[in-house]
Amino acid sequence: MKKLLTPLAFAMALGAASAAQALEGDAKAGQQAAAVCTSCHQPDGGGMNIAGGQSWPRLAGLDADYLYKQLRDIKAGSRQSPVMMPFVSMLNEQQMRDVAVYYSQLPATAGKGGEQASAEDLAHGEKLATVGDWERYIVPCQSCHGPGNLGVGGQFPALAGQHAGYIADQLRAWKNGTRDNDPLHLMLAIAERMDEKDIRAVSQWLSRQPAK
Amino acid sequence: MNIPFVKLSAAIAVGLLSLNATAADVRFPVDMPKPKEGQLVHVPPTMDDLEKSQLHPELKRVIRRGHDLFMNTQQLRGKNVFNNMNCSSCHMGEGRLPFAGPVWPAAVTLPDFRPKNNHVNNLEERIAGCFSYSMNGTPPAYGSDDMLALSAYHQWLAKGVEMYPSAPIYGRGYPKLNDPQQKPDYKRGKQVYEAKCSLCHSNDGSGLVQNGKVVFPAVWGDNSYNWGAGIARTFTLAAFVKHNMPLGQRGTLSDQEAWDVAYYIDTQERPQDPRYTGNVKETRAKYDATFHKATNYGLTVNGKLLGDHDNTGSKPFLKPEALKPRTFTAE
Repeated sequence: MKKLLTPLAFAMALGAASAAQALEGDAKAGQQAAAVCTSCHQPDGGGMNIAGGQSWPRLAGLDADYLYKQLRDIKAGSRQSPVMMPFVSMLNEQQMRDVAVYYSQLPATAGKGGEQASAEDLAHGEKLATVGDWERYIVPCQSCHGPGNLGVGGQFPALAGQHAGYIADQLRAWKNGTRDNDPLHLMLAIAERMDEKDIRAVSQWLSRQPAK
Repeated sequence: MNIPFVKLSAAIAVGLLSLNATAADVRFPVDMPKPKEGQLVHVPPTMDDLEKSQLHPELKRVIRRGHDLFMNTQQLRGKNVFNNMNCSSCHMGEGRLPFAGPVWPAAVTLPDFRPKNNHVNNLEERIAGCFSYSMNGTPPAYGSDDMLALSAYHQWLAKGVEMYPSAPIYGRGYPKLNDPQQKPDYKRGKQVYEAKCSLCHSNDGSGLVQNGKVVFPAVWGDNSYNWGAGIARTFTLAAFVKHNMPLGQRGTLSDQEAWDVAYYIDTQERPQDPRYTGNVKETRAKYDATFHKATNYGLTVNGKLLGDHDNTGSKPFLKPEALKPRTFTAE
């Protein structure tokens, strides 16, 4: 059981450690800067599912790099959000980092919006999330978003326990072109193959999954 | 459910050929190649079909176990699997998808002579090959519960296909690409890798393990496939990549990019070929005609002789017992 790549293993360990703390930000300062966020995203960072309206995502417990990138992308326009734009504009570069770190450290809260889901939708949603529908080349969510759809690093956010309304809004945003900020367009390619039934089913199923 | 394409029924065509749908407003159309006339097209049954079938409940249980092992082979980690691979890492879409190493053809074309080990192999021995090379491990024992479950899952997927079909099979394995216009190149391959692959498989090829669970498989290094794996051959990896990567975006790389990135990945170090004699050049020569002529094993690339080590990765042995010649001297 000799190790051929000891230096490599060392680099990997380093990489893992640095990835976990890649974003430099101050959670305390972030909490202050986040005062502008709480009316929608709530003091606990849990957001709110709004049936028939635009839902506010849970931020609590999401990856800091992911949150920071979204703020930057909204500012830059590759992720269009008229609602977020005025608030993002109030944050400077360091405050965006601080806010991202702050929310990443809050305990994850439960997702809403899947309470009334039909058994048929839940079964279809689970299939899409865990096995996919390869006949239509819809690969399973968890192949990138990770085991339990709990998120992978700064590129693939946690979906389990996110609000159904928000997940559905984002999938539609990719389809209609208002969200264009995913790495290699890995999400775009899948989202544009999904129909309304897929979107409803998978967002409801994911919202009901444990966020931890 | 299998019918040569000339007789392909409308109902079957819908599922498979809908992948060719190219709506004008879609930015990533799924350009699945169309079957050629005379090819055998088979749409394997699903796990839902299994539940609805009339098979014996105990057989259903065994096939379900086979499916579970196929999708999550890491549950055999340290026992049969010694790297970060699942069967489904290479055989995508539950082993059902054409151009992605669909596994049902093995159930209808074996037993057959296999040049790689120079004797007639049955389905279990073929699966044992995957464990020995691609999973850098050792197979579940022939006739064991796990081997039975895996082979039963393969056979279930082949339901309805004639044995030893004479028609060529649509999307079998990873259909070969045309020869590259330019010789595959390490530097160009590295550029493709860093632009299109490293996001998931990481710059050092190690993939990603999170909370002890494999998320993205390692494509080289200690936890990847060994030098004897089919996909260590540049042409096999090039075809796999072209037809299946980046995930969800099949067919988006040019053939040249696929060749280049395959060359880049398959000139990185990985665990020793289990057939290693103790001398890499001798091992290469011994299996050159049937295998290594298509790999970079035992060649010097960028000043380094590849495979010149006795590292077996995370596996505490070199050669699994299952890898042995068959003399077939029945009297």
